[in-house]
Parts: sequence; structure tokens; C-alpha cells
Amino acid sequence: MKGILEKISAIIDRYLATPLSRLIDKATHNKMLMVSHTDITFFGKVKIRITNKRRESVIGLGFILLWIVGYLIFALYPVFYSLYLSFFKVRLDGASIQLAYVGIGNYRAAFLQDPYFVEILINYVLRLVLNVPVTIVFALIIAMLINQDVKAKGMWRTIFFLPVIISSGPVIAELMNQGATTLPSIDNYTFIDLIITNVGAFIASPIEALFAQILLVLWFAGIQILILLAGLQKIDKEIYEASMIDGASPWEAFWKITLPSIMPLISVAIIYTVVSMSVFSLNEVIIYIRNIMLGESTPALTTGYGYSATLSWIYFLAMALIIGIFVGAVTIRKKVTRT
Amino acid sequence: MMGQQKLRTRFKTILKHYRAKDYHAMKTDIRRFFFGMRFTDGLIFKTSIYALLISLGYIYLYPMLYMITNSFMTMSDIIDVSVRWIPSTLNWENYRIVWQAIDYPRAFREAIYLAGIPALSATVSSGLIGYGFARYNFPLKKLLLVLMIMTFIVPPQITMMPTFRMYANYGLLGSMRAFVYPAILGQGFNGAIFILIFYSFFRMIPKSLEESAQLDGAGPLKVFLKIAVPLAIPAIIIVFLFSFVWYYNETYLSGLFLRGSNMMTLPLRVEQFINNYTSLYPEGSPARELMQAAKLAGNILTILPLLILYFFTQRYFVESIDRTGITGE
Repeated sequence: MKGILEKISAIIDRYLATPLSRLIDKATHNKMLMVSHTDITFFGKVKIRITNKRRESVIGLGFILLWIVGYLIFALYPVFYSLYLSFFKVRLDGASIQLAYVGIGNYRAAFLQDPYFVEILINYVLRLVLNVPVTIVFALIIAMLINQDVKAKGMWRTIFFLPVIISSGPVIAELMNQGATTLPSIDNYTFIDLIITNVGAFIASPIEALFAQILLVLWFAGIQILILLAGLQKIDKEIYEASMIDGASPWEAFWKITLPSIMPLISVAIIYTVVSMSVFSLNEVIIYIRNIMLGESTPALTTGYGYSATLSWIYFLAMALIIGIFVGAVTIRKKVTRT
Repeated sequence: MMGQQKLRTRFKTILKHYRAKDYHAMKTDIRRFFFGMRFTDGLIFKTSIYALLISLGYIYLYPMLYMITNSFMTMSDIIDVSVRWIPSTLNWENYRIVWQAIDYPRAFREAIYLAGIPALSATVSSGLIGYGFARYNFPLKKLLLVLMIMTFIVPPQITMMPTFRMYANYGLLGSMRAFVYPAILGQGFNGAIFILIFYSFFRMIPKSLEESAQLDGAGPLKVFLKIAVPLAIPAIIIVFLFSFVWYYNETYLSGLFLRGSNMMTLPLRVEQFINNYTSLYPEGSPARELMQAAKLAGNILTILPLLILYFFTQRYFVESIDRTGITGE
């Protein structure tokens, strides 16, 4: 790595430095633009002093210039363009694009006319509401287990992080198909049947799905375990010792020391969980959105691009709402415990 | 390990008191042995920690083990209920089928290429950007940082469609440039995370190093290349590895942007092969049953390069989170 860099800079020094510096000299010492050590003059009239602060801003902006350009092209423009399109009926004629303003018609159609979307979205939201706490709790348990005085910490971290490396859509789809993502003996637990028979199908089906895919839920916890583990390791051991001397049990120490200390990281882990589950390629909602966009599933009301833009915005808002609720719940609790 | 030593000495005191026939003291010793001075250092606690770790580890590895063992099974093994874990013979046939069908060496090279070049561009660009954010002050820096983190939360479904149009207009669909261009502009998959990793890494490097280089007459670019980059090699490796793995595994956007072209990521190619193969045989036919094992063999072939990579570089993966500075230094 170092050797390559040195070679590159040697080549630059040898062949490019002289012509480049001559070129830069020409570009900065002419009638339009005159650069001296203390100031820049445009057309011999407008004079700007070079201060250290200004020089620093220009260099800094130069470093992040790539990002600014990328942000405008690949983030800001698409976001607003898709928001704009979500109010239109879009028809494609070859390369040209025809827009017909429909106001909130697309949004109304999504909720009132689309036979599938609302159902898929509600199912997804319910599943997320169940899965996120389960993921976080498991991640916290595993992180705390590894953080104990155990042997082969590295090996445990390696095992629990492994799913992050290998979980791509098709691999997981195949495992799900063959029933390898559910615990082998989970059908034997009668309490799941109990839940399913005793509460309405509306609530029971996500719970059932949660247990059927419990391994998948756990597999999503890889990064979160590391996040929480990093937080646990940062907590000062002396605080625990002090609390022990004052007679606190490990149970109390967990609620009064551990949990409050890693609360901010739990928020981070929640955001990460929601985002990673929402953009995972097996998620039905995003598959539905893509199919609408490509015109593969054509409900009677299909309006192609415009409609898929509407759906993605509804989806994004639902996701943001869930993040807001979870993170809000976590931070409110923190405030209560502090007072 | 301190804990184990403590348990050993406690066990020795039990024996000592037993030999001395001091049964009353022995009773306290035994209690202390099992429950410890404060429960968390007793035997019961220790055993339950390991029991939990082992059972959770089993749950985590179960799908992997399932995939590996079942991929070696012959048709009769799959149908035979008595064969659960260990196949009766080591059957490489499944692997041979997939290997030939997708032309594995070529598909593999293509997958490396498809993941490697965008990952490399993402590493270079996020290094530059992270350095700019970490080292320089400029107007609106806070706002730009917030916007950068926001890009992580906005799902690709929102930006996907205009981007798709844009690519279609400029003829970038079905080519790798559809991934390289965003990556080089710091907007690749999870670009925000990588910029954050570099950001916190460069902030940890003492500023005096760079200042002394500046005093010796080095310009900003020279300082970056000669001082900052060599010091950031761990961060570079972390970002490249993560980026590589995420590009390698990505199927949603690559399924969209590479549609109809010959290029495909390895997971997509295996999936396509499976779909083609399944459609050839009717439901319930023996060939369909054999398919199950072949599919798993395909999946193993997909993740094998990643497993090997992970085996050699796990240190960088598991230490990555500490490096992001999420915990707040």
C-alpha cells in the first residue's frame, strides 16, 4: 500500500509537476484573475483578501466537492423529483415523459383503490414493530454475554457477526423456502398455538411470522451486537464497583447503570435495524414497488412511475414514523429515569 | 482468566476444609463456589453464560450447518427421514451441476469485478470526503454533515426511479458505471457509514503531525497523501471490506440496473439458474427434489468467497464499529 503510493507520488513529481505548476501559474497570474499571497484580484478591480479561515474553507470544500456533487445528483435531485412525480400520472413515450397532474390522486388511490398495497404495508409495519424490539433485546443480551469474563471473546464475536457477511437476498430466500430459518422444534411449542387461537388473526399472524422467522430476526442483529458491545466496553468499571460497595445487586446495576449508559447507542441500533430491514431485498413492500415501477404487476389503476413514487414516499413516511416512535419511546424513558 | 482462577481456588478451599473435617466452613465454601461473592462470579452464573452463548451460537450457525450438510445429500438422503445431519456419502454431484450451469469461474470473476471496482471507488471517495469533514472548517459544515447522515435513512426506493430514468437517458443501464459513478461521488451503498468511519478515524489522528508537515512546506494534498492516508490504512481496509461485501450481496438495485444485461452478481446468477432449472421439471418430480440440494450447493458457492474473505479478515470486521466512533470519543 505504502509502496504504491510512494511510486505514484514519485511519478507525479517527475513528469507532471513542472508542466502542472507552469499551468497553474498561468491560470493564477493573468488579467482576469490575479492571485498573490495576501489577496485575489478579479479583473484588476474586485479584491478579496485571503485569510487563513477562507483558505481553509476553500480547501475543505475542495475535499468534499465530490460528495456535494454526488449529493445533488444522486440524493437531492432524485428525492425531489420523485416527490414531484408522486403528484402526477406519468406516461412514457420512448424517451420522452408525459405528465398529467392528478394532485393527491395517487395517494388516494394507494389507500382506497389499490387492493394489495395497504395490506402489505400494514403487515410489514406490524412485523417491524414486533421485530425491532426483539432484535434489540437479543442484540443486547448477546452483547452483554460477550462482555462478561468469558473465554474466546473473539470467536463469539466472529460467530455472531457472520450473518452480516453472508446474508444476501437469494441465500436467505432459499433458506426460508427450505424451512431452515425456523427453529427445528418450534412447532412443538404449544404456547404459539395458544397465542394464535386466543387473539385475533390480525395480531396473531405477525407473532406467528416472528416465531417462524426467528432465526432471520436474529441474523439481522449482527451489527447491532457490535454497536452495543462497543458501548458496554466504554462503561467505566469503577462505577460498577462503587455501586457494589453501596450494596447494589447485578440486577439493579443493569437497570441503573448499564441501560442508561448505552441508551444513545440503543437509539442508533434501532435506526440501523429499521433501515436495514426496510431496504432488505426480500421485503414485500419494496418488491411490490419495484414491480409497479417496471409495470410487471399491473393493477387496473396503474400509473407506473408516478404511482410507484407515491408508494415509495408513503413507505418512507411509515418508516420514518416507526423510527420516530421507537427512538422517542427510548429517549422519553431515559428522561423519566433521570428525574 | 481471572474468573476461572477464582473458581479454582474456591474449589481448593472446599477440599481443604473437607480434609480438615470442618463441615460448617465447608458449607459456606460450597455456597460461595456456586453463587460466588455476588452471584456473578459463582459457578452457576458462569455455566449459564456459557450455556446461553453456546445455544445462541448454535441458533446462529444452524442455517449455515443446514446448508452445508444438505448440499452434499443425494436424492435418497433428502427423502430418507432417518438422515438428518450427516449425508450417507459425500456427494459432489450437486456442486458439479451448479458449477457447470453458471460457469462458476467466469461468474466468480465477474462478481469480484462487479463488487470490487465500486467498492474501490467508494473507498477512495469516502476517504477524501471523510478527511475534508474531519480536518477543515467551512461554512455550513454542520448542515452538510446532517444531510450526509440523512442519506442513510432515505430508502433507495425513493431515489431509485429518477436514478433509473437518468441512467436510461445516459445509457448507463446494464453497465458497471451505474454503480461506479455514485460510489465515486460518495453515494454508493451505505456511503454515509463509510464517510463516518473515515471521519472519526481522521479526527483521532493528532493534528500536530499534519501541522509539522505543513510547516515543512507540504500542501494540503501532500499532507493528505503522505501523512493521513498511511495512518488510515486500517480504516481503508475496513471500508473496502464492508463495501465489497455489501456490493457483492446486493440484489435489489443490481437486479434493477443490470436487467437484461449479461453482467450479474453471483447471488443473482445462482437465483436465475435455480429459476430456470425449476421451471424445467414439474412439481413433485424426483429431479425437483434433487434441486433442493443443488440450490443449497449454489448458495454455498455464492457465499464461499465471502466466508474465505471473512476467515482471513474477521479482525477488521468485528473491530469496525469501535472505529466508527459511534460511542463518542
